Amino acid sequence: MEQALVIAAHGSHLNAESSTPTFSHADTVRATGAFSEVRESFWKEEPHFREALRTVDAEEVYLVPLFISEGYFTEQVIPREFRLEEWDPELWDSDGTSADVATLTAGDTGQTVHYCGPVGTHDSMSDVIVQRAKSVTDDPDVGDGVGLAVVGHGTERNENSAKAIEYHADRIAEQDRFDEVKALFMDEDPEVDDVTDFFDSEDSEAHSASGRSHGRRPCEDVVVVPLFIADGYHTQEDIPEDMGLCEDYRDGWDVPETVDGHRIWYAGAVGTEPLMADVVLERTADAGADVSAAIEQIRGESGAGPAAGNNLQ
Amino acid sequence: MDEDPVDALVATAPDGIDFDGLSVEKHADGYTFETPEAVRTGLEEAALRELAAEDAHVGNWYFWHAVAPQTDARWAFLRWLEGAEDHAVPERYDALADGLATEWGQLQVAVSLDGPAGRTYELRHVEDAETPAGELDDHDDPLAARDLAKHDDDGDYRPLKTAPTLQTGWRFPALGAPDIVEAVHAFYPATVQNWHREREGELDIDHWHETVSRQTGIYGVVRTWDRGEGYEHVNWVAEACCDDSQCLKRREWQYDGETELDVDGGDGEFPCREPCSLVIAAARQWTKLEGEQTRTYEFELTPSEKAQVEAIIEAVADGRADDIREADVYDGANRYRTRFLRAKLFDDEGNLAGVETDD
Repeated sequence: MEQALVIAAHGSHLNAESSTPTFSHADTVRATGAFSEVRESFWKEEPHFREALRTVDAEEVYLVPLFISEGYFTEQVIPREFRLEEWDPELWDSDGTSADVATLTAGDTGQTVHYCGPVGTHDSMSDVIVQRAKSVTDDPDVGDGVGLAVVGHGTERNENSAKAIEYHADRIAEQDRFDEVKALFMDEDPEVDDVTDFFDSEDSEAHSASGRSHGRRPCEDVVVVPLFIADGYHTQEDIPEDMGLCEDYRDGWDVPETVDGHRIWYAGAVGTEPLMADVVLERTADAGADVSAAIEQIRGESGAGPAAGNNLQ
Repeated sequence: MDEDPVDALVATAPDGIDFDGLSVEKHADGYTFETPEAVRTGLEEAALRELAAEDAHVGNWYFWHAVAPQTDARWAFLRWLEGAEDHAVPERYDALADGLATEWGQLQVAVSLDGPAGRTYELRHVEDAETPAGELDDHDDPLAARDLAKHDDDGDYRPLKTAPTLQTGWRFPALGAPDIVEAVHAFYPATVQNWHREREGELDIDHWHETVSRQTGIYGVVRTWDRGEGYEHVNWVAEACCDDSQCLKRREWQYDGETELDVDGGDGEFPCREPCSLVIAAARQWTKLEGEQTRTYEFELTPSEKAQVEAIIEAVADGRADDIREADVYDGANRYRTRFLRAKLFDDEGNLAGVETDD
């Protein structure tokens, strides 16, 4: 039976670039030939969530939310707009970062929909964050003597938003690849505004003022990876200004940019990393899709290594 | 799909063929081959092959069964593009030999024959109908339409795909049957499927009231705009957002299943089946604004100044402000005229006639 992939992303009424990563990852998956059809769909653009399934010919659809965390969009908006009438968040039986798949029938088309957890909480997302750090530093061995800050939005709508950030920060920390790994947030503590404090040397003023001590050697280099799907207001305006990369985002910033004696390697939205296409595929593989060859292909092309989602364990 | 149409015809004949005027059957005494122009019976296979090779009905039958996408909506759309349900094969093939152009929103699709059993589709902006091909940027990949659809001719982002602001200057010179449907989907997502559902009497319309009732989160507030005091506010929304000058879909949704709106839904080829995300986002803002009570302000304006305020609103609402010529001081919405009005009537805080908004 033919299997189709539908990617569900937020999109934007105002920002033309919001959809770019979605198109790009869809094209990557399309090129593998793993699915008879690959469709992009959006909350704020078209094809809209409401009308995506009717444009898909296959009777069996893997639906992957291109969202960072489990919560309002994955638990309410997407199932409602796709008319997954039997949906109940309990079907994922998730602790906030462990959603996998629920198989449902779409009310308007009768298609079988394997509704997957969001890309952002999949284990292989940790690989993408590391890959993003490699990309921005142009150093495949990045880690030694370097700090990593994974930045998230915070708890604006639900606690799972922070959980996803912390989950990946913890997983990457366990790797002992970077000297220090921190989860930071835009609108709650620990805040991204104070990014250099968290990677500071013992004798710096900022450190003594904050009174924080990590018992580690200082990280002169800090890679900052925002856990966002697309570049936009938050990743290109808010966060750079908050971290002191620039006074005004319109002036731009260097990579790396020196702030308080640290070199900040600001990566921009992790969702723009080509390896994200792998996470989309991993989600469908966990839901039963036969995509192992496609996963090998994408991980091979990106240089991320062959062990699908498990090379951190 | 690469099979020879005549081979395919001979292979299918035992099951019987009856399509677009062509009828082929296999009987004990040989094959029958029937078209509106001729009836032949008792044919040997060789004779059948000879007839079939010469007849346009055969290539036509093959195209629609072995080349064109077979999904109902796609198939019906491609049939519609060449008027297949209304025009017999010989007449249709004559038209296709010269290229048969049809409009879909701001798209012009020109179908031509690609051999007797093939079609090729040229896609361009309707306003480029007469533009020499050499002046247009050619594309082969239907997905390139996603990028073309993103910005208008001024480079501004188009959040609404069916806004009548599609950029010009491009062409898909020769798309195959599956790809033309993909390209149309990239320009105008789901319009083919909804058009087909409507033709089949199966369009699932969600009216205003149902649509706002399911909103949650930051859009949940829109539910409070329906306070049971009628639907005039929805008329205003539809007039503002859904007019043909703003969106090429034909609005089929009403206030609810029993209450039609008083404004025209438009003449678009393809239907709009529910208030879109832009309408809901705008309605959220209007819900907040319309919660305010009116109050009386007192201004003194000359009759011409009052008319000028009206002219400015008209020009902005019709998207005409940028088109008013620099020195056309006879138009009330002209920039110099408007700047003069501001210089004369606004105080330093930007208050009209010095009257504070919240006093």
